[in-house]
Amino acid sequence: MKTLVVVDHNNNKLEKSTLNTIKAALKLGNVDLLVLSDSCRDICNELIHIKNINNIFTNENDAFKNQLAEDSANFIAENFKDYTNILFSNTSNGKNIAPRLAGLLDTMIIPDVIEIVDKQTFKRPIYAGNAIATCKSKNKINIITIRSTAFEEAEIGNENVGKIQEIGSLTTNNQTKYLNSELTKSERPELTSADIVVSGGRGLGSAENFQILEKLADKLGAAMGASRAAVDAGYVPNDWQVGQTGKIVAPNLYIAVGISGAIQHLAGMKDSKVIIGINKDDEAPIFSISDYGLAEDLFKAVPEMESKLN
Amino acid sequence: MKILVPVKRVVDYNVKVRVKKDETDVELDNVKMSMNPFDEIAVEEALRLKEKGVASEIIAVSIGLPEVQETIRNALAMGADSGIFVNCTSKLEPLSVAKILTSICNKIKPDLVIMGKQAIDDDMNATGQMLSAMLNWGQATFASKLEIQDKKIKVSREIDGGIENIEVNLPAVVTTDLRLNEPRYASLPNIMKAKRKPIDEIKVEDLNIDIEPRLEILKVEEPKSREAGIMVKSVDEMIEKLKNEAKVI
Repeated sequence: MKTLVVVDHNNNKLEKSTLNTIKAALKLGNVDLLVLSDSCRDICNELIHIKNINNIFTNENDAFKNQLAEDSANFIAENFKDYTNILFSNTSNGKNIAPRLAGLLDTMIIPDVIEIVDKQTFKRPIYAGNAIATCKSKNKINIITIRSTAFEEAEIGNENVGKIQEIGSLTTNNQTKYLNSELTKSERPELTSADIVVSGGRGLGSAENFQILEKLADKLGAAMGASRAAVDAGYVPNDWQVGQTGKIVAPNLYIAVGISGAIQHLAGMKDSKVIIGINKDDEAPIFSISDYGLAEDLFKAVPEMESKLN
Repeated sequence: MKILVPVKRVVDYNVKVRVKKDETDVELDNVKMSMNPFDEIAVEEALRLKEKGVASEIIAVSIGLPEVQETIRNALAMGADSGIFVNCTSKLEPLSVAKILTSICNKIKPDLVIMGKQAIDDDMNATGQMLSAMLNWGQATFASKLEIQDKKIKVSREIDGGIENIEVNLPAVVTTDLRLNEPRYASLPNIMKAKRKPIDEIKVEDLNIDIEPRLEILKVEEPKSREAGIMVKSVDEMIEKLKNEAKVI
């Protein structure tokens, strides 16, 4: 079965979650990759050593620089409609492009897949992960987005595996124009793809107090997160919010500090591999899902932890 | 300018959902239902455009059993002008919803559709993108700011790692993210007024659309529960566990 992975990137670098998507795709059939960019070479050089892939299709066009959904979806619909599976990472690009492509091809998207049961059956979280649905697809083409934290990364060897070839041509859209981006200049990793997340709640008490968490995060190379209560109290920006109505994260280590553990927060982080909770209230619900809990004053425990890590 | 706002009736976001014993769905009997929070943000944004004098008419649409008219009434109480109720007893997935909305857009010709980026029940994040594909309109997903200037809409989109600004020709589909605005509460006088606002009813059969689901739900189960963890007594013990037992730092 012909399976395509649409590679996510920022024009210079591969978006790491693509490797997890390729790993998932290898369960479905022979995998080809597609790179749409204004400059494909560096990305292809990263892809070429991935084991067990076939072709790496490319199309280099200035219009692809910003990966507008209109252009990418049109191009894929035009050139790959004979494929059985088309996979994307469940990143902001994948979430933008894949459903549009599904609309063009009259197929029902299967988003945020966490397990491939068989070639037509997939598991995905619903209700922010409070339930898992098993869906059997009756689509002719499966358009799937993959939750990267649920799959391993594809293996990379030394040999050149993928065969690079240019494909198709694009008629650019006249509906949507890219203007510019304001990317957060943070030395910290991105919240949804970080290995470690340090998150704070209302227990921190003020915006200033979040600095003690940020010190810990920087020591660990972690991303910063927060509960909705901390965001609503104005301690931290809204894009730090982890939870049902914020970001869904599943890092290797999630450190919840001064967070009681409201349902809405747990829904956003309970798939983390290891969870630790630090809260002075030893009956806080966060401890019921923590692998390691520490019932202590966070203003004492967090600086101590920070100073003892090296 | 006419704005169409699709609204969905979902389990209230404060409810802890439970999987049914027979694992066919989650428990929906006697559970509090509300308007999808992202759709509330969409209604609010449409109202603000009307208050600025940019929009002249706001129509709220919902599809499903007669109960969804309550959700339309909520939108009317917030300030929308009229409603469309598409009566449909079958279970719908985003592909079918997008087809129904396409048919409505072709009929009422809105200049803009504003809708939630996803519903908090099935978490699909698909209907807006599918709708704009079917209409061959431009799309602006995950909007955190928008501004309309002569037949164009400038949208700030929340993307991984920051904000992207794009400009889309109207008509267009915009999907809302959390930061776009904070929705108002409907006041009592407005709730009373909403009772007199018109809701048109359409039967889905009359639209002649294939709404047969493409995904069959075989099972809905509880997520794997986490094993009960342990309480440590000190920061030293915590660090030791993280290093040597969990091996995550």
